[in-house]
Amino acid sequence: MDYSQFLALKQEIGLLIVFLLVFLYDTFAPRKSQGMLPAISTVLMLTLTIWGFCPLVKADAVAFAGMYVTSPVMAAIKNILNVGVVIVLIQSIKWANSEFTSVRRGEFYELILLTLLGMYFMISSRHFLMFIIGLETASLPLCALVAFDKNRYESHEAAIKYVLTAVFSSAILLMGLSYVYGLSGSLYYADIALFCANNMGVMMVVALAFVMAGFGFKISLVPFHLWTADVYQGAPTSVTSYLSVISKGSAAFAFLVVLTQVFGTLYSQAWEWMLYALIILTITVGNLFAMRQVNMKRFLAFSSISQAGYIMLAVIGDNAMGVSALMFYVLVYVFSNLAAFGVIGAIENATGKIEMTDYNGLYKTNPRLAFTMMLAMFSLAGIPPFAGFFSKFFVFTSALNGTESAALYVLVLIALINTIISLYYYLLVVKAMFINDSEHPIATFRSACSERLGMWICVAGIIGLGIISYFYNYLLTIG
Amino acid sequence: MDITIPVLILAIPLFMFLLLGLAGVKMSHKLAGTLGTLGMGTVLVLSYYTAFTYWFSGAPEFIDGTTRLQYTVFNQTWLQFTPALAIKLGFLLDPISALMLVVIPTISFMVHVYSLGYMHGEKGFQRYYAFLSLFSFSMLGLVVATNIFQMYIFWELVGASSFLLIGFFYTLPSAVSACKKAFIVTRFADLGFLIGILILSFYTKQLDFLPMTQNPQGVFESFGGATFMGASVLTWALVLIFTGGMGKSAMLPLHIWLPDAMEGPTPVSALIHAATMVVAGVYLVARLFPLYMLEDAALQFITVVGALTAFYAAVVACCQIDIKRILAFSTISQIAFMMVSLGVASKNGEAIHEGLGYMASMFHLFTHAMFKALLFLGAGSLIHAVHSNNYTAMGGLRKYMPITHITFLIGCLAIAGIWPFAGFFSKDEILTACYANNTFWGVWMTVVAAMTAFYMFRMYFLIFWWDNPDYAARVKEQEAHGHHASMPHESPLSMSFPLVFLGIVSCVAGWVPFGELVTWDGHEYHIHIDWSIAAMSMGIAIIAIGFAAFLYMKKNDKPTRMADSCRWLWTAALRRFYWDEIYLFITRRIIFDGICKPIAWFDRHIIDGTMNGLAYVTNAASVAIKGFQSGKVQMYIWWYLIGAILLGIITAVCVLG
Repeated sequence: MDYSQFLALKQEIGLLIVFLLVFLYDTFAPRKSQGMLPAISTVLMLTLTIWGFCPLVKADAVAFAGMYVTSPVMAAIKNILNVGVVIVLIQSIKWANSEFTSVRRGEFYELILLTLLGMYFMISSRHFLMFIIGLETASLPLCALVAFDKNRYESHEAAIKYVLTAVFSSAILLMGLSYVYGLSGSLYYADIALFCANNMGVMMVVALAFVMAGFGFKISLVPFHLWTADVYQGAPTSVTSYLSVISKGSAAFAFLVVLTQVFGTLYSQAWEWMLYALIILTITVGNLFAMRQVNMKRFLAFSSISQAGYIMLAVIGDNAMGVSALMFYVLVYVFSNLAAFGVIGAIENATGKIEMTDYNGLYKTNPRLAFTMMLAMFSLAGIPPFAGFFSKFFVFTSALNGTESAALYVLVLIALINTIISLYYYLLVVKAMFINDSEHPIATFRSACSERLGMWICVAGIIGLGIISYFYNYLLTIG
Repeated sequence: MDITIPVLILAIPLFMFLLLGLAGVKMSHKLAGTLGTLGMGTVLVLSYYTAFTYWFSGAPEFIDGTTRLQYTVFNQTWLQFTPALAIKLGFLLDPISALMLVVIPTISFMVHVYSLGYMHGEKGFQRYYAFLSLFSFSMLGLVVATNIFQMYIFWELVGASSFLLIGFFYTLPSAVSACKKAFIVTRFADLGFLIGILILSFYTKQLDFLPMTQNPQGVFESFGGATFMGASVLTWALVLIFTGGMGKSAMLPLHIWLPDAMEGPTPVSALIHAATMVVAGVYLVARLFPLYMLEDAALQFITVVGALTAFYAAVVACCQIDIKRILAFSTISQIAFMMVSLGVASKNGEAIHEGLGYMASMFHLFTHAMFKALLFLGAGSLIHAVHSNNYTAMGGLRKYMPITHITFLIGCLAIAGIWPFAGFFSKDEILTACYANNTFWGVWMTVVAAMTAFYMFRMYFLIFWWDNPDYAARVKEQEAHGHHASMPHESPLSMSFPLVFLGIVSCVAGWVPFGELVTWDGHEYHIHIDWSIAAMSMGIAIIAIGFAAFLYMKKNDKPTRMADSCRWLWTAALRRFYWDEIYLFITRRIIFDGICKPIAWFDRHIIDGTMNGLAYVTNAASVAIKGFQSGKVQMYIWWYLIGAILLGIITAVCVLG
C-alpha cells in the first residue's frame, strides 16, 4: 500500500488530530481547568483553519483507489466550512460555559468536530459507500446535538422529529443508491457516470429522484424541508446556527458534485428539470412561511429554506461558474446568517427572549446589536453594497451563463420576484428594531467578549466580501 | 516635471476636507480655521511654484522656442470600461490651467483669511472650512483635468460643494431654497453637458483633451459631416457642452440661480459666485476652443447668448437694492463679456487678430476674479458693519470705514475700466476683439461697458455718499428693542488684509504682460492698446460715472422722479424682467400640472395597485398553505414520500415520454 496517499488527506487528518486533542483534554484534564475547553477547542479549530489556507492546495490528488479526491475547489469549500465552524465555536463559548451546559460541553465540541469530519468525506468522496459513511457521520451526531438542552421539552421534540425524518430520508436515499448500483453495477462515481452516459431509462430517473430527495432533506428543499422549522426552533441556538450554515453548505456542495459528476451527460436534463421545480417551490414556500413567523429562530429557519433555493440556482446552470458562485454564496451566507444568529444568541443568553416583538425598540437600548442585525438582514435580502447582493447576483449570472433557454430566464425572474417578497420580512425585523416602540424593550446589556468577537468577524465579512473583489476572483480562478 | 507637487496641490485640500469634516467637531473654531487657512496657504505656494515653473523656467517640456506647450504631468487610468475606453485622472499643465492655478488659490486663500473674521463665532464654523476645502479641491481638479470626463466629475463636485456652501445657513428657508435652486438649475444644464460629452466621445472615440484639441481637423473628420435637424452633429455636441457652461456661468436663460445664491455667506459669494466656479463655463469653452473654431454656428451662438446676457444683467443691475444682488448681476454681465470675447475670437475657422479675443477673455477672467472678489469682500465688510444687505440702510459710510471705502472705490474703478486699473486693460482688449469681428458687437459691448460704470458707481455713491443717516439714533432705537447694535466701524485685520491685498492687485494686475503668458495657440501675443477704442470706452465710462455722481452723490429726488417717469420699466428691471415668474409658471403649470400629475396618478393607482395586489396574493397564499407545517412528524414524512415519488414520475414522463 502506498502510504503517501494519506498526504492528500491533509485537512481530514488535521481535523482528526484536533478532535482527538479536544477529546483527550475533555477526558483527562483536571476538573478546574475544564472551563478552558471551549477556548481551547476554538483555538485549535482556528489553527486548523489557518493551516488549511497555508499552503493552499494547488493540485488535484487522489487516494484510496479513487474513492477520495481533493482539489483546490474541495480545499476552498472545506476552508469556508472551517471559517463558519470557527465563528460558531466563538459564538457558543458563553453558552457552553453556562450553568446547564457546562457539565457536558465536551460532547458539544466533539460532536461538532465529528460531523465536520463527516462533511469533509461527503465532499471529497468519489464512491457512494464513502459518501454514505460521510453523510451518516455528519447526520447522526446532529440528533444528539439537537437534543442537547436536556432540560427543555422543545429540544427533545426537535430531536425526535429530526431522528425520524433523517432516518426516513436516509432510507430513501439508500434505496435510490441501491437502484443506481443495481443498474450500473458500481458505486464509483466515474463508473456510474460512464453507465449513465450510454443508458437512459426510467429506473435511473426514479433513482435520481430518490437521491434528490435524500439531498433535499439535508439542504431543506421543499417538500423535504418540513422538519427544518421545528428542529431549528427546538435546538440550542448554537446548534441551529451550525445546522443552518455548515450542514447546509456542505450538503449543497456535495449535491453539486453528485449531480454534475455522476448524472452528468444524458441525465442532466432530467435533474435540471427536477431542480427547476424544487427551486421554485423552495424559494416561494420558504418565503411564504417566513412572512408569518413571530419566533426569530423559526423565522430564520424559513429564511434559510428560501436561501437554499438560491444556492441551488448555482447548480442548475451546470457550469464552472456555478461552482464558484455556489462557494461564494455559501461563504457569504455563513457570515450573514451567523451574524443574525450571533445577535439572537447574545440576546437569548442575556434575557432569554426570542420573539420578534421582543425586538421592538432594540435600537434605542442596544444600538450595536441592532446594527449588526440590520446588516445581516440587508445581506440576506441582497441589498448592495453588502456581500449578499453580490452572492445573489453571481448565482443569477451563473444560472444564465451561456444559456438560451427561456425557462431559465423565467426561473431567475421568479427568484427575483421572491427577493422582493423576502425583502418584506427581512425588513420587518429591521422595522421592529428601529421604528417600533416598546414599553418593555430589552434592557441595555453588554454581551460577552466572545459573542462580540463573533459578530465583529461576521460584520467584517458582510462588508468586506461586498467591497473587496479578491475572494470571488480567487474562487472564480479555481472554479 | 516631478509629480509630487501637482499631486499635493490636489491632495492637501481633499485631506483638509476629510480632516475638518470628520474631526472638525472635536476642534475649536480657531484650530479648524487656522488648519484650513494653513492648508490653503500651502496650496497657494505650491500652485504658484507650479505655474511659475511652467511660465518662466523655460524647460523644453513647457516651451518650444516661443511656443508654449501643453504638458501632461500625469494621466492615470481610473476606470477601464473597454480596452479602448477608459476614464483617466490626470494633471494637465498649459497656459490656461496655469492661469487658474494662480487665480483659484489666491482668491481661495484670501477668502480663508477673510472668513476667520467674517464667520467668527458662527455655528458650524468647522463645517464651513471643510466645505471651503472641498470646493477648492473640486475647482482645482476641474481646471487641471486631462480629459472631458474628469472635468465632468469635478464639475459636479464643484456644483455639490457650491450647493453645500450656499445652503450653509440651513436654518434659513431662503438659503435652503436658494441652494436647491442653484443645484437644480446647474444640474439641469449639466444634462446638456453630459449629452454633449457622449456625442463627442461617441464620434471621436476618446475623452482626452489633447488628442482632440491638437488635431481638431481629425475630430471634424471623425464626425463625417453628420447632420441633425439642420445643423451638424458637431455643432450640436459643442452647443450642448456649452449648455453646461451656461448653467455654471449663469448665462441667459439659466442665470436665475446666481442672484439667489447670494443667500450664502458673503466670502463664499466672493470665492464661488464671483471668481472661480462661475467662470468654469468660460474655462470649458476656452479648453475646447480649437473645436469651437471648427463650427462658426456654435461660436455665434455663444456670442449671441453672451451679448444678450451682458446687456440684460447690466440693465437689471441698475435697479437693484440689495448690494450683493447688484454685484451678482454685475458678475453675470462680466462673465458674459468673457463669453462674447471667446465667441468673437474666430471666424471661418481662422483666429481673428491672432486669437486676441481668446487672450482678452482669459485676461478679463484673471482681472475680474481679483476685483470682483475685492468688491464682494468689501460688500461683506459693509454688511458686517450695518447688518443689512440693502443700500437703503447705508449711506455716508466713507467716514466710518475708510479702508473699505478706498478698496471698494478701487474695485469700482477697475470694473468700470478706468486707466490704470486692471479692468481697463482687459476690457479694452475685449472691445478691440469685438470691433475686429463685427462693429455691431463692438458698439453693443461698449454700451454695456458704459452701463457697467454707471451701475457700479450708483452703488458706490449710494453706499458711501448720498445721505448721512443718524447711525447713533438707530443704535439707540435698536438697543431699546433689546437688540445688540453698534456704530458702523472698520472690520478686523483678518478682513481688511484681504481687501488691501486684492486692492493692490486690482491696481497692478493690468500691467501683467498677459499676452506673453496665455494665448490660444501658445504663441506669444504682443498687446498694443488701441488708443482710439480705449479713449472712447474710457470717455464713455467717465461720462457714465459723472452721470451716476450727478444722480446719487447728494441725497435728492432726481432718481425717484426718473423712476416714476418710466415706472413699468423700473419695476420690470427691479423684478429682473420676471424670469423667476416665467420659470415658476413653466414648472408649476406646465410640468407639474401637465406632466407630473398624470404620472403621479399612474404611479399611485396602477403601479402601487399592482404591487398591493401582489402583496395581497402573496399574503393569501401564505395563509392558504400554512397547514402544511402541521407539527406532526408523520405528515412530514408523508409529504416527503409523495414529493419524492411525484418528482420521479413526473420527470420520467416529461423527459422520457
